[in-house]
Amino acid sequence: MSARHTVGVDLGTTHTALAWARPEAEGATPEVLAIPQLVGPGQLEVRPLLPSFLWLPEASEGPQPLPWDPGRRHVVGELARARASEAPGRVVASAKSWLSHSGIDRRAPALPAGAPEGVERVSPVEASFRYLDHLVEAWAAAFPTEAPLGEQDVLLTVPASFDAVARELTVEAAYAASLDSVSLLEEPQAALYAWLGATPRWRELLAPGDVVLVLDVGGGTTDFSAIQVRDRGGELELHRVAVGDHILLGGDNMDLALAELARRKLAAAGHALDRAEVAGLVFGVRAAKERLLGPSPPERVPLAVASRGARLVGATRRTELTLDEVRGSLVDGFFPVTDASARPAQRARSGLLQVGLPYAQDAAVTRHLAAFLARQAGATGAGRSLLHPTHVLFNGGVVKAAALRERLVSVLDSWLVADGGRPVRVLPNADPDLAVARGAAWYGLARAGRGLRIRGGTARAHYVGIESPAPAVPGLEPPTVALCVAPFGMEEGTRADLPPLELAVVVGSPVRFRFFGSSLRRGDQAGELVEEPAIDALEELAPLELTLPAEGRDEGEIVPVALAASLTAVGTLLLEAVPLAPRVEGERWKIELGVREAGASG
Amino acid sequence: MTAPRPSFLARLGLAFRAFLRALAGEPEPSALPPAPESAPPSRRALADADDLAQRPTEIAPAPVPRAPEGDLAAAHAAGALGLLALLQREGRLIDFLEQDVTTFSDEDVGVAARVVHEGCRRALRAHVTFAPIRPEEEGTRLTLEAAHDARAIKLTGAVGQPPHTGTLRHRGWRATRAELPRPVGGHDPRVVAPAELELE
Repeated sequence: MSARHTVGVDLGTTHTALAWARPEAEGATPEVLAIPQLVGPGQLEVRPLLPSFLWLPEASEGPQPLPWDPGRRHVVGELARARASEAPGRVVASAKSWLSHSGIDRRAPALPAGAPEGVERVSPVEASFRYLDHLVEAWAAAFPTEAPLGEQDVLLTVPASFDAVARELTVEAAYAASLDSVSLLEEPQAALYAWLGATPRWRELLAPGDVVLVLDVGGGTTDFSAIQVRDRGGELELHRVAVGDHILLGGDNMDLALAELARRKLAAAGHALDRAEVAGLVFGVRAAKERLLGPSPPERVPLAVASRGARLVGATRRTELTLDEVRGSLVDGFFPVTDASARPAQRARSGLLQVGLPYAQDAAVTRHLAAFLARQAGATGAGRSLLHPTHVLFNGGVVKAAALRERLVSVLDSWLVADGGRPVRVLPNADPDLAVARGAAWYGLARAGRGLRIRGGTARAHYVGIESPAPAVPGLEPPTVALCVAPFGMEEGTRADLPPLELAVVVGSPVRFRFFGSSLRRGDQAGELVEEPAIDALEELAPLELTLPAEGRDEGEIVPVALAASLTAVGTLLLEAVPLAPRVEGERWKIELGVREAGASG
Repeated sequence: MTAPRPSFLARLGLAFRAFLRALAGEPEPSALPPAPESAPPSRRALADADDLAQRPTEIAPAPVPRAPEGDLAAAHAAGALGLLALLQREGRLIDFLEQDVTTFSDEDVGVAARVVHEGCRRALRAHVTFAPIRPEEEGTRLTLEAAHDARAIKLTGAVGQPPHTGTLRHRGWRATRAELPRPVGGHDPRVVAPAELELE
């Protein structure tokens, strides 16, 4: 008897959610787990969304008990989110964005980012582990007679734009939470699975050649993916054909923009607000935004900002947000009408770069979208200047606002029509907050043989940088070539051909390699070399490290090895060094992804 | 295989039911009617998950933390204080009610009332769903069936023998869903709002 559940986990930048289903049950549909969490001091509630925030209270603030752990010293969820604006140096936020930030050591304790001297810190991997661990505990509390979450088939979603290193680190966090049979799934694919699961007649709505553009604008990040419908022997197949960059731009930016607008109006009226009052303003503007961008909006929505003290009457400031202001700030500010040739602005980075998140420098989602469609024009093989989607699936909390969806569709349609194409059709997404978790559970059902699977493989080709032998010239770096070790579109459980290139590695001393990815070079096979200047167009990832253990060899011995790449069943890239003259049958060593950036401080 | 049973969610059930009883002054654990179809989807998923609305009689009693065994009055008070803490946190209700407003202008009171209304409404809607007890417009004349629910309709004016015919003055409210915070141990429920000390 198979008692395993299939479980979808959306480990989001701002929210985490879990949905589960039982593959053996006839007509099973995923259900969302209600997650117990502290919502106020000493107050517990169950909610479908667990805010991805980790509060590390000061010792004198005492234990923060959960039903299953009265001595708990950290808090995950709604209370942690509330504390983030009150005591930011004690709360980890956006751990997921830090997890994909190649400029820092992601296993080193660096968060909360602005923590005062001497305050406990955790690594981005540990914060992710804490969120998953909370789900493990919530699962055990909800289903005490069932096997623990770690023994279920867990599909953990990651942004399609996550590189090999961020995926590896995500799996590390999952293993730490004892999720032993975890596999990764791209979020936009999960969103499409949710639509497929909720739309039994989808075969009547999509035809071969159609391209679904998944536009995911979440709380902290924006992601684009394109999925093409293909005909294979009379059966429809879905292929994920293009993935965009990881853009740190989302609904939180929009709320902050509106709060800033309201703050300036109050300041102009002579009411200066402090940081905490501005944080309180964010709630008000969020409610105003929902009304003004929703159906049949009023002309203006009043906003009241309470004083922080117990005196409320006589100390509350009033302003208002008008329809024009919100449209101007959000619709035109974040989704401006542009040409398809528009590109995101890149400001020159200042010389002294603080270690912080690489936030998008251009707030215009439409310009990021134009860049994506132009760069991926070749993804579907059609000879046009843009990738032409036929359908759009919106996902993420931001696009719940009808005015923003309408603007995105009208801008996209204008580009497609000007490029000789046709307007898109919008696929409905009933619950964008929970679609990814639900869709991941649907995927689990599909994997168990209950539905259609999206094919695609890796969204990048991967390269290892190799210094070519050259005479040393002062001030000139030795030229690097990039060796393709894993081609674009590798499927889970497959192995790339061994590139015909030998490296000599010294036993016992670590060797570092530069590591690159490309979401554009679809044709490179394992073993191909990319040289200057094409190498500059590759995206540099965190370096790799290999240490050959002595194990019967002499310290200092030079061993010729080849590099072998495979995509594991989990969905992570595995790079191994294979000795050309193995000492024992099947000898190989794993190469570490995501090692500490040389010279970067953690 | 048994279906997964959210047992500790059931314990949550008691906390809020005890609280509702405290509010309503009702001595017995009365069953809530099923959640209406119009409840927001995510919340409905939540209600379904704990099966509360559907099977209220299956909710097993469990001790409320920090309340001595049998001391229901203390548990009721803790639950009620928890709701006040929620309304204060989200909507500054205690601040508003504790302030003397007689010397302030209606405009000042109105501006503050917006804070209270917006926050308390958000908190209330996230936790409780209300439906009118009578669907008719207020002002409608109606006649009650003999077997009407006396607890849900209050008779006023010249109350004679049934059948009762009269004018509907108030439609009434019934909580069709209530998911209130559960107090957890280690917290003093009397602290409805902590004092705040900002460190530089």
